[in-house]
Amino acid sequence: MKCDGIPSGCAISGLMSEEGRRIDGSVIIRSIASMHDRSNGLGGGFAAYGIYPKRKHQYAFHMMFDNIGAKETTEEFFKDVFNVDKDEPIPTHRENGIRNPPILWRYFLEVPENKLEFITERDYVMKIVMQINSEIEGAYIASSGKNMGAFKGVGYPEDIGKFYKLEEYSAYIWTSHGRFPTNTPGWWGGAHPFTLLDWSVVHNGEISSYGINKRYLEMFGYKLELRTDTEVIAYLFDLLVRRHKLPMDMAVKALASPFWKDIDRMEPTQKNIATAIRQVYGSTLMNGPFSIILGHSRGMIGLNDRIKLRPMTAARKGDMLYLASEESAIREIAPDLDTVWSPKAGTAVIGTLNEEVE
Amino acid sequence: MESQLPAEFVVNVDHEKCRKCKRCVINCSFSAIEFKDKVTPNNRQCVACHRCATFCPENAITITENPLDYKDGYNWSPEIRKNILKQAESGGIILTGMGNPKPYPIYWDHMLLDACQVTNPSIDPLREPMELRTYLGAKPECLDFDGDVSLKTELAPQVKIDIPVVFAAMSYGAISLNAHKALAMAATRMGTLMNTGEGGLHEDIAQYSDRIIVQVASGRFGVTSKYLNSSALVEIKIGQGAKPGIGGHLPGEKVGEDISKTRMIPVGTDALSPAPHHDIYSIEDLSQLIYAIKEATDYKKPVSVKIAAVHNVAAIASGIVRAGADIVMIDGFRGGTGAAPMIIRDHVGIPIELALAAVDDRLRQEGIRNRASILVGGSIRQSADVVKAIALGADACVIGTASLIAMGCRVCQKCYTGNCAWGIATQKPELVRRLNPEVAADRLCNLLTAWGHEIQEVLGSLGINAIESLRGSRERLRGVGLNQETLDILGIKHAGIGQ
Repeated sequence: MKCDGIPSGCAISGLMSEEGRRIDGSVIIRSIASMHDRSNGLGGGFAAYGIYPKRKHQYAFHMMFDNIGAKETTEEFFKDVFNVDKDEPIPTHRENGIRNPPILWRYFLEVPENKLEFITERDYVMKIVMQINSEIEGAYIASSGKNMGAFKGVGYPEDIGKFYKLEEYSAYIWTSHGRFPTNTPGWWGGAHPFTLLDWSVVHNGEISSYGINKRYLEMFGYKLELRTDTEVIAYLFDLLVRRHKLPMDMAVKALASPFWKDIDRMEPTQKNIATAIRQVYGSTLMNGPFSIILGHSRGMIGLNDRIKLRPMTAARKGDMLYLASEESAIREIAPDLDTVWSPKAGTAVIGTLNEEVE
Repeated sequence: MESQLPAEFVVNVDHEKCRKCKRCVINCSFSAIEFKDKVTPNNRQCVACHRCATFCPENAITITENPLDYKDGYNWSPEIRKNILKQAESGGIILTGMGNPKPYPIYWDHMLLDACQVTNPSIDPLREPMELRTYLGAKPECLDFDGDVSLKTELAPQVKIDIPVVFAAMSYGAISLNAHKALAMAATRMGTLMNTGEGGLHEDIAQYSDRIIVQVASGRFGVTSKYLNSSALVEIKIGQGAKPGIGGHLPGEKVGEDISKTRMIPVGTDALSPAPHHDIYSIEDLSQLIYAIKEATDYKKPVSVKIAAVHNVAAIASGIVRAGADIVMIDGFRGGTGAAPMIIRDHVGIPIELALAAVDDRLRQEGIRNRASILVGGSIRQSADVVKAIALGADACVIGTASLIAMGCRVCQKCYTGNCAWGIATQKPELVRRLNPEVAADRLCNLLTAWGHEIQEVLGSLGINAIESLRGSRERLRGVGLNQETLDILGIKHAGIGQ
């Protein structure tokens, strides 16, 4: 069921409340729906943060299964590696034209303490995610973070949103994606967002440096099974920020590096840092056209490629940060804005939740 | 003994056009043209170096292969028969120069590059920055920051090159001082590097030392503390693609006053480079030498180790990286030489394409690819080879023969005779004088400038604007006419297979 795909056109939209106010899913659906023509019905999806406040210390695995056999195999495997606190079907609304969904099930999981003698909890969970995606035929993890979830499938994003009853969830960060793949039959696992642990990525574009980004990640134990470039973005952030502990703005400098001509003109300390980042992290540079919205447990980040070959608009209203492929998608849900701007190439828009938000 | 060997080439002189100016006679350094009332070729001496034909003002000279047919015999080719005749007459090892000319597969010519269409835009290198800058040296696995602003990690020394092509090791002795000067000047102007080879650093090029790789080979010629520190980086030469496992021999007749000083050996003595370093009999000995050099240079210069591509090259390279080398330089079996036994040049080693792929894979599997840069040489003929080598995983390429050709070399393979008519592979003052270092440097700069533009064009068509996004990106290569095993070793898919 896995298939090769080149994501192409695509629409992305994201919103967050820095104060941690929870907003229901109908808002983000309206925003992404306004860019209907940027997708072609072969993929839509959402990531939401803050949706499971009562179970925020557990890993929420959103699973997709091709068949009941894959579900049983996965559940057997879960028994060995996790404490399964709760599992249930992901609620869906079946009468709106979404066809042939896989079995959609979610699990709230805890890591048994005896598993963590030689490995950190997140590395342990990451390994299991890699293992399930690559080794259990017919099972695919849509998301694996805490207090967050991805909802995605084959269809227009607004239909996928209604299918998952997103109006019943409320989140302080929402990101969304409408897909326009050029040469792929629809595959539920291939829709955006792509996720790993708390990271989620929605992506408009194509990473032309995919080949080396992938080989670099493989050196650090990542398994890139989906053969799509969006996957590498989530993993690169995971590697640089979580594992190598780079400050977020340094990670962004690695992924969308300034040009040497600009680095050469920086003042010495900055120049030294930017040079070292390019020397050490050259293989992580994401080259080629992209605009992405990255969601994580503490915020949302918008980033364009270093020559801005794909569109992105940002806006603020009060504590709200909006990012979208088109300004219209922001005006649709927030007609009256404090500021609207077009982020510069390679310059990240970094939104961070206030510290008191739990 | 009267030679039975037929002439290899025939020099044809159009006596209608010839004005008897004798320029050809003066120019021929192989005594293949005499003047006896008219220009009279001595075909047996001709090596097809084209010097006479190039300088004939009337275009009256052409050179053709001797059209002497041999009785058909696939097994006993004319070349094999001629070699037997040579040895029957001389009793010696057949010497030769330049790289392996045999029709072994050239894998570069079986790899094709990708380009952007529709879904991702190509980039116009005339309008957008297109970055070729490369840093050679060991990189840490990750950077460590103190808080959000200051960098804690201190990097090992890095050498910046503005184009990922550096000049190969060719010693003063194998080539002339004028050739060395040209390479040093061109390297400086183009922001790349030249390599002294094992013959020491002549005082005339010491001014370019921050663009010079100084070599430490088994003969240790000219190696002093000053020599090691007058450099961009230091290279330990273990082997050479043209003659893996073989030492070197510069005959005493070439060791004049200047070479004697530079190599620090008496005038007129043979300069013998032993086959192994006599202080390196295993990997731990290599590690000692690497660190001895690092100590001698105060850890300010990257140390490179150059090896020939042999069967077990991946494991050897891994050992070299773990022994502390900052750069591994791999020389493929087609690499050039000033002199080598033909049997070694033509039959020992493996192609650089396969060696590079195997080394890059191995270092990645072991998680140590960041700990050393990979330089490759051994017949990089054109910018397309550079692009493909970088896509396979090289940090930069090394060019020897191509740089000699740019200066005028006709690849006649007679470097070992010392008669180079172009003033490159010779120490005879009257021949060396023929090579104007300024002009030769211009020609080298032009070549690199042209290749730089070509590499930028390819990057643009690939939709990327920095060379590091190509490095190791084998996804952008496809094989044509290669079997599965070769594709697996190269780590590429066959043409026709999509993403």
